[in-house]
Amino acid sequence: MARIAFHEVSKYYRGASKPAVDHVSFEVAESSICMLLGTSGSGKTTLLRMVNRLIEPSSGTITIDGHSILEENPIQLRRRIGYVIQQVGLFPHMTIAENVRLTAEIAGWSKDRMERRVDELLTLVGLDPAEYRRRYPRQLSGGQQQRVGLARALASDPAILLMDEPFGALDAITRVHLQDELQRIQREMRKTILFVTHDVEEAFRLGDQIAILSEGRLVQIGSPVDLLLRPADEFVSRLIGSDNIQRQLQYLPVRSAMLAGTEAAGEDERQPRCSSEATLLEALMSLIASGAQALLVYDEQSQAPIGTITLSAINQAITTVRHTETAPTTVSPAH
Amino acid sequence: MLLIQLWQFILDPANTFWDHTLAYLQVCAVSVALATVLGIVIGVAVVRSPLLSFVAVNLSGLMRAIPIIAFLAAALPYLGVGFKPTIVALTLLGIPPILLNTYTGIRSIEPAIIDAARGMGLNTRQILLRIQVPLVLPIVAAGVRTSAVQIVATATLAAIIGAGGYGEYIVNGLYEFKTVQILAGALPVALLAMLVELLMGWLQRALTPAGLRVQETALSEAVRA
Repeated sequence: MARIAFHEVSKYYRGASKPAVDHVSFEVAESSICMLLGTSGSGKTTLLRMVNRLIEPSSGTITIDGHSILEENPIQLRRRIGYVIQQVGLFPHMTIAENVRLTAEIAGWSKDRMERRVDELLTLVGLDPAEYRRRYPRQLSGGQQQRVGLARALASDPAILLMDEPFGALDAITRVHLQDELQRIQREMRKTILFVTHDVEEAFRLGDQIAILSEGRLVQIGSPVDLLLRPADEFVSRLIGSDNIQRQLQYLPVRSAMLAGTEAAGEDERQPRCSSEATLLEALMSLIASGAQALLVYDEQSQAPIGTITLSAINQAITTVRHTETAPTTVSPAH
Repeated sequence: MLLIQLWQFILDPANTFWDHTLAYLQVCAVSVALATVLGIVIGVAVVRSPLLSFVAVNLSGLMRAIPIIAFLAAALPYLGVGFKPTIVALTLLGIPPILLNTYTGIRSIEPAIIDAARGMGLNTRQILLRIQVPLVLPIVAAGVRTSAVQIVATATLAAIIGAGGYGEYIVNGLYEFKTVQILAGALPVALLAMLVELLMGWLQRALTPAGLRVQETALSEAVRA
């Protein structure tokens, strides 16, 4: 249980001409990943740090499951929220095991329970406990350190995880690797995750929802597909690269480009098929691999054939998306 | 021959060698203790204020540049002679390295470490005791080591302002051209300075957490140097 809701949240800093966060309202559904995407100075980190009260809002309310966090003791609040930051911030004088179990230790867990938890978490993040327990942070690579950072944040099994550009300082290969690991862990753990990033690719890869921020304001929030198909304005369209063909192929579902009617593909049993929820890229690869003119699209749930997909349909869909850039559809932000 | 004479000098009750030793140790111990307490307190106090830390850091640097004998001579008209003024002078000399290392030690803790600790729900006391103190202590110990060696070596000069101790042998010996008497003061001081250096070095290593020892940071090396 952990639904986070922002309501008209603002943050003004003394001496600053513009608010860092300006009347932001949106909700993060339980067990989902919401990416806060924006350039530096967009207010995304400020917004994140208000959830565990490292920064206090100037006005507005933030609730977790309907309860205002401002009425809770900040220390208690932070202990039930995991926190992962870009610089990791492992304690260099403590072993990996000591780092991971610190919150459990403060919460007064028994030694046995703590040790079991440490082993469990290190295994979860892909570090062999036997090898890494007794090591020190400085003996680990950047990627390994952030794995420990994630394990430490998960120690007391919080329902919410706040991640502030956790993979921002890693090389591209390690970053993708850890993104995959996070997705695997999330399938298992089902946390409510708020994740700050300036990396559009990362936002698309990990986000159930992406909230786009600019100059403290929420410009648009929606699923990756929503944003690609219906960017709120020119800014969003440019930021997410609506005309990026590769991104469209990777994230748009076959459903969005499908032709009605199944005649073109024929009802032949051997006709190559694909799911309506597959990506355009998967469809494209099937078309090329099978050499067929068209694929039969079937409904993911009912397994019934519902349409066809062809190379020209895919091309058509991508072109349409590109055109929306000049004539934007209006999807107002959620406030 | 000289060594036998030296031994005889030390054993001769008329020379009150043990009283001199005691007086010397007392002056050193009290000065080091006071300098440690004051250095840490001031270092912690100024760390949050850019202005105060600027003043404290630069004043400390300046004080280290002043020749010790000039310092004692300059202090004489104000502090007078005897045990207390000697303590004041030596303490003032001992404060800068400790203050500088305390300040540098606290500043050298990565802000991300404190941010992570706060974000995890550690309270101020837990952050201080579990994170800040263990990380700063070895650097402070390096400062105390520098101070202690400096104080032990300087305390001989304090005989000029009448603090007693080994310095008396050296001053009188120089005055009367008695090599044995000079050595009776100089040798114990040299031995004591080396002993303090060894002991404090050991203490410093003992206070350095294993996690920091795995890759002795360039910083703590630089601070110690």
